Amino acid sequence: MLIQIQSGSQPIYQQIVEQIRFRILSAQLKAGDELPTIRGLAETLKVNPNTIARAYRELEHEGLVEKRRTTGTFVAETSGTLSRTRRRQILTPEIDKLVVLAGHLGADPAELDELIASRQQALQRKE
Amino acid sequence: MTSTDDFAVRVQSLSRSFRGTHALIDVSLQIPRGSVFGLVGLNGAGKTTLIQHLIGSMKALHGTVNVLGQDPTIRPEKLLARIGYMTEEDSLPKWMRIRDLISFCRTVYPTWSDSYATQLCDMFGLSTTAKLKSLSKGGRARVALLAAIAHRPELLILDEPSSGLDPIARADILEAIIRTVADEGRTVLFSSHLLEEIDRVCDHIALLHDGVLLESIPAATLPERYTECFYRTETASSRPPEIPGSFGGAGDTSEWSVLIDVENASSRPTVPSIESDGARWELVNQQPATVHRWFAGRVQRKPATTSSTSAEGMQHV
Repeated sequence: MLIQIQSGSQPIYQQIVEQIRFRILSAQLKAGDELPTIRGLAETLKVNPNTIARAYRELEHEGLVEKRRTTGTFVAETSGTLSRTRRRQILTPEIDKLVVLAGHLGADPAELDELIASRQQALQRKE
Repeated sequence: MTSTDDFAVRVQSLSRSFRGTHALIDVSLQIPRGSVFGLVGLNGAGKTTLIQHLIGSMKALHGTVNVLGQDPTIRPEKLLARIGYMTEEDSLPKWMRIRDLISFCRTVYPTWSDSYATQLCDMFGLSTTAKLKSLSKGGRARVALLAAIAHRPELLILDEPSSGLDPIARADILEAIIRTVADEGRTVLFSSHLLEEIDRVCDHIALLHDGVLLESIPAATLPERYTECFYRTETASSRPPEIPGSFGGAGDTSEWSVLIDVENASSRPTVPSIESDGARWELVNQQPATVHRWFAGRVQRKPATTSSTSAEGMQHV
């Protein structure tokens, strides 16, 4: 799996969590797909195995992946059913960035709502 | 056997001077077995001197050194058979062919694996009939790496292995580190000032500065322990706001960032504004410290009026 690691920004385990999460939520990875082994991904990314293990634990905690004893880590069947609290925790910082940017550019809330709705439609048409 | 020891390396109160210059001052550290231990510091901080003591090239005159359960200077050949060592210097004999070097290593290391050596040659694109002098710097670094790991050492010591190498050669070194540690119980000591590499592969980081071990910390706890706080003030200031437990101020005139040690800070960085030097400072942003920011903050030159540089006395004055 190709994951971009940038030094000097977020902690590395978070970068891995976010990129795998995005792949699962955007259905690039589907329920039942197997993730690389911890050791394999550590060697590919040149990242400490404990960091990969921490990222996988976090994804497991979010319910996005599940460990199956002795066989490996798989995308969970029930992915996409995060708790409301957890969903908000993930979305809020992203929305904050968007709201601040929209404010700077002079887009009022109504324009922002309209744009979100039109992008949703555009993305749905693509699927 | 001492192999049940939790630490591959124990250094206690090690000091060393060269002609009156202090190279190491009262250094104590322990390297957990199975970890990738990153040793960081500026050039001349004492990293190589410390490593020389671990491989038995220097005898501890003040303090004690224990590596894999033994004093490295007593029967060093016994210890060196269990260690892999690679340095930035191009120290291999250039007239040798790779296969001659491999034969030599086979006689030195009882655990040498010819099949692993062959596998590494394939992986690194090395021909065993090539002479070392015909190789590029990156090629010779790969040979040195092969010679350091093909006996599957219990402890792999890399002293600035990546300096001056191209990114592909550096990636090969990092991969060798990960492979070594992925085998149960093997330990890696990785000395470097390439913080990006340290950040990727290390699970423990120690900072050596002017011969003093300023800090030794598990990498995962670093961003939790240190918060970088950004402050803004109306009136220009030539110094950051004074906050107890903070260090490493960086900025200019009206915006400054400082690092706050959440374990030692008396005030939490959540306070939205503070008063310092008669000026009011607004907290505009805060984020977990990166390894880069922590390193820069720790090794920052003190103003001439400050005297001590102990880990506790790191307040910015």
